[in-house]
Amino acid sequence: MSEIEHHDYDVIVIGAGGAGLRAAIEAKGRGLRVALVCKSLLGKAHTVMAEGGVAAAMGNVYAEDNWKVHFRDTMRGGKMLNHWRMAQLHAQESPDRVQELEAWGALFDRTKDGKILQRDFGGHRYARLAHVGDRTGLELIRTLQQRAVSMDIDVFMECKVVRLTTDDDGAVNGAVAYWRPTGEFVTFGAKSVVLATGGVGKSWKFTSNSWESTGDGHAIAMWAGASLIDMECVQFHPTGMVWPLSVRGILVTEGVRGDGGVLRNSDGKRFMFEYVADMFRAETAESEDEADRWYDDHTAGRRPPELLPRDEVARSINSEVKAGRGSPHGGVFLDIASRRTADDIRKRLPSMYHQFMELAGVDITREAMEVGPTCHYIMGGVQVDPDTAATAVPGLYAAGEVAGGMHGSNRLGGNSLSDLIVFGRRAGIAAADRAESMAREPKLNQAQVTEYIDEALAPFTRDSGENPYDLQHELQELMQANVGIIRNEAEVVEALEKLDELKQRAANVAVGGGRAYNPGWNLATDLPSMLTVSTCTAQGARDRRESRGGQTREDFPKADPELGKVNFVQRQPSGRGFSSEITITPEPLPVMPDELMAIFEEESK
Amino acid sequence: MSDVVMHVWRGDADGGQFEEYTVPKQDGEVVLDVIHRIQATEAPDLACRWNCKAGKCGSCSAEINGKPRLMCMTRIDTLPEGETITVTPMRAFPIIRDLVTDVSFNYEQARKVPAFNPPPRPEGGYRMSQVDVERGQEFRKCIECFMCQDVCHVIRDHEENKARYSGPRFFIRYAELEMHPLDTNDRRDLVREEMGLGMCNITKCCTEVCPEHIKITDNAIIPLKERVVDADYDPIAWLGRKILRRTKRTAEQAAVQPD
Ligand SMILES: Cc1cc2nc3c(=O)[nH]c(=O)nc-3n(C[C@H](O)[C@H](O)[C@H](O)COP(=O)(O)OP(=O)(O)OC[C@H]3O[C@@H](n4cnc5c(N)ncnc54)[C@H](O)[C@@H]3O)c2cc1C
Ligand code: SF4
Ligand code: SF4
Ligand code: FES
Repeated sequence: MSEIEHHDYDVIVIGAGGAGLRAAIEAKGRGLRVALVCKSLLGKAHTVMAEGGVAAAMGNVYAEDNWKVHFRDTMRGGKMLNHWRMAQLHAQESPDRVQELEAWGALFDRTKDGKILQRDFGGHRYARLAHVGDRTGLELIRTLQQRAVSMDIDVFMECKVVRLTTDDDGAVNGAVAYWRPTGEFVTFGAKSVVLATGGVGKSWKFTSNSWESTGDGHAIAMWAGASLIDMECVQFHPTGMVWPLSVRGILVTEGVRGDGGVLRNSDGKRFMFEYVADMFRAETAESEDEADRWYDDHTAGRRPPELLPRDEVARSINSEVKAGRGSPHGGVFLDIASRRTADDIRKRLPSMYHQFMELAGVDITREAMEVGPTCHYIMGGVQVDPDTAATAVPGLYAAGEVAGGMHGSNRLGGNSLSDLIVFGRRAGIAAADRAESMAREPKLNQAQVTEYIDEALAPFTRDSGENPYDLQHELQELMQANVGIIRNEAEVVEALEKLDELKQRAANVAVGGGRAYNPGWNLATDLPSMLTVSTCTAQGARDRRESRGGQTREDFPKADPELGKVNFVQRQPSGRGFSSEITITPEPLPVMPDELMAIFEEESK
Repeated sequence: MSDVVMHVWRGDADGGQFEEYTVPKQDGEVVLDVIHRIQATEAPDLACRWNCKAGKCGSCSAEINGKPRLMCMTRIDTLPEGETITVTPMRAFPIIRDLVTDVSFNYEQARKVPAFNPPPRPEGGYRMSQVDVERGQEFRKCIECFMCQDVCHVIRDHEENKARYSGPRFFIRYAELEMHPLDTNDRRDLVREEMGLGMCNITKCCTEVCPEHIKITDNAIIPLKERVVDADYDPIAWLGRKILRRTKRTAEQAAVQPD
């Protein structure tokens, strides 16, 4: 093999969404050698698609808001499966992180007195989401990107990491990647590695996620010895587009409901009033009148049921459609046209207006949208230490969607963007600390490097074999049908059997053409991660025999208090990567200290 | 339903040719859907960029029937019925493969922009009024599809100009920073002398292709030209136009809050 391009850094960050950029900025600020590696062009990561806002209890609209209320909302939204310490740090630090973005050039919408304006979102007691119309993610990523560029961070774009490398002690010491434009390999040696690779949603048929969300970070972390938790907890966002078919799954921001939009069935009825769970009854409006008063003044009525946490709303829509009260294309109606003026709608929701007009030929200022659940976010992820984002593998840190624990079994809207900047920063600090403490440059094990490269190139060596697109397609159909929003034992068990078959077939995928910018090959190298994380989700879905947040079992429709005390933790003990066995064990959740517990007890009085 | 016939440019830096693909038409499909179906069936190695499929990331720029468009936002049923659709890579950038071009010119330009430089954050955060942020927000809608760069005649067929021309995408970036209520850097000399603003002759082609409907020429280039080209500009006229603030404020002045 000819000489492989190699770079040594103190810290490499894999992923250039909000979490990766924030981590890189932090480490670079310490004067270290930092590289940022991403599969797409810089600025195109998933984060760019976030719409509604970033949650932070700044109290600019409701002075009553503070971190404790945000903490409580987050834990309740996650059905108490969250790591309490992550939820605490997140609630305490997100206001500073949002303000910091402003110092880096972000331009958020303003209140009358010139502060950052905050909007309502599901599950948040007060208007809490800082936003820029409905393109908040764009503002966040551009701000961080421009900051990173001004700090002269080295960026490796369109460079896909296939494996992490480890030393004899099991610590991570670098990564193997290939340049998509040329197909040439590149290796990195690093004292610390931060994973910020985002989500897994591309394994479902109807999804709001892009081609990048193949769970690479989850998989390479586990292959290197890290543990994954809560992988069964997948969020189906209640409102994705359902028609035309080609755009099915594309997100319709929750901001539509936060700004007054309501859900109706084919009878025109606001059905969400029928689906208020006991846990939320005390704080949810009983009548349309009461709900409507709330939009203008949160003390004049309780919140509309359309703004319950996402899992609740998604399941309700599912039930309405099943009961035959759906819209013509199998969704329900989201109506803002009859509730706000056309000017208001275009001003507050410009990209939604644009999206429906161009893609569906629907004018949302005049007609209702048709919407239904779409795979959106994974709460589960790499298990980390809350304060440092450290994983079980020395030298490896994880932040953003790839990390687990922060959101429990269900994430509140707006809590992801804030998660990215809070824990991205913390991961950057910890990674820098470790790099500074290490005297020697890491040295890669060449045998390992060669093995990983051969593995990635294997699809070219097979003369005949399956088309990677066919396999991806089958995987998506399978996960949609068997491990979707509502699950049962028989279906997930069947899914696991089929996933095993797919894994075997994946070892027989063949691709043609050259290595330079070859999407077929690129997909073939994504399949191992997609199949690994899908297996984790299906295993968790099988073992968590209850319904909680992003895990809904029709055969166990209630939450089980005992299962509420455990995380399902997954590992690959052999450390042999893709083909080896994944184990799953229930392990106790960390215990919340009394002073935080008191926040919940006060309330139940 | 009838078929869609698409001529897609295939090749690399050494040259290439059009390949014809015929796929059955489906309701509501966009050009990117058809490209994806071609990939999944006939040509798994057909290269194209995309991410969001909703007009939000600016990855999927290409030239459709000769015009720069986002493939994910161009519905087949808006193109002339029954006619062959041609899809080619952006012309202003070097080709990597098929529909994918090397857009690194733009990332190099981004590196040249002197950073935003605000005064220290006051207790309780910065205060800015909505009207003041809206001017900059228009430009921050930019999804970096680089189609304005592609269409701009100064660089479209003039590789030699790239060294001294930042292009419309970066003119709006400079305008945004100039209009930022908190910024204290002065980039006027740079924009005039090194970014080639003078080469733009206001043809407005950039504004026409912008998928975010940013008024690149009217709201950014023209004000910027007036501001940087005319050194003795008249501050009162500026105030009257309400486009850019009167003068660059010092850090101290910028820290003063609006009421
Ligand atoms: C349509 C939509 C709207 C949303 N709206 C909101 C909202 O309003 N508020 C909110 O809080 N959240 C929202 N979310 C969720 C939020 O956007 C995501 O959870 C978040 O952006 C994830 O950020 P991240 O930094 O973890 O990863 P991402 O932004 O997903 O970035 C992942 C990065 O990792 C890179 N990468 C992945 N694999 C590899 C590899 N193998 N090698 C190299 N690089 C790799 C990618 O190239 C990319 O740069 C929304 C999500 C979607 C899809
Ligand atoms: S207006 Fe200027 S920047 Fe825009 S396309 Fe014409 S010459 Fe280029
Ligand atoms: S200004 Fe418009 S056309 Fe130019 S890169 Fe930005 S979004 Fe694209
Ligand atoms: S894929 Fe994002 S703009 Fe087309």
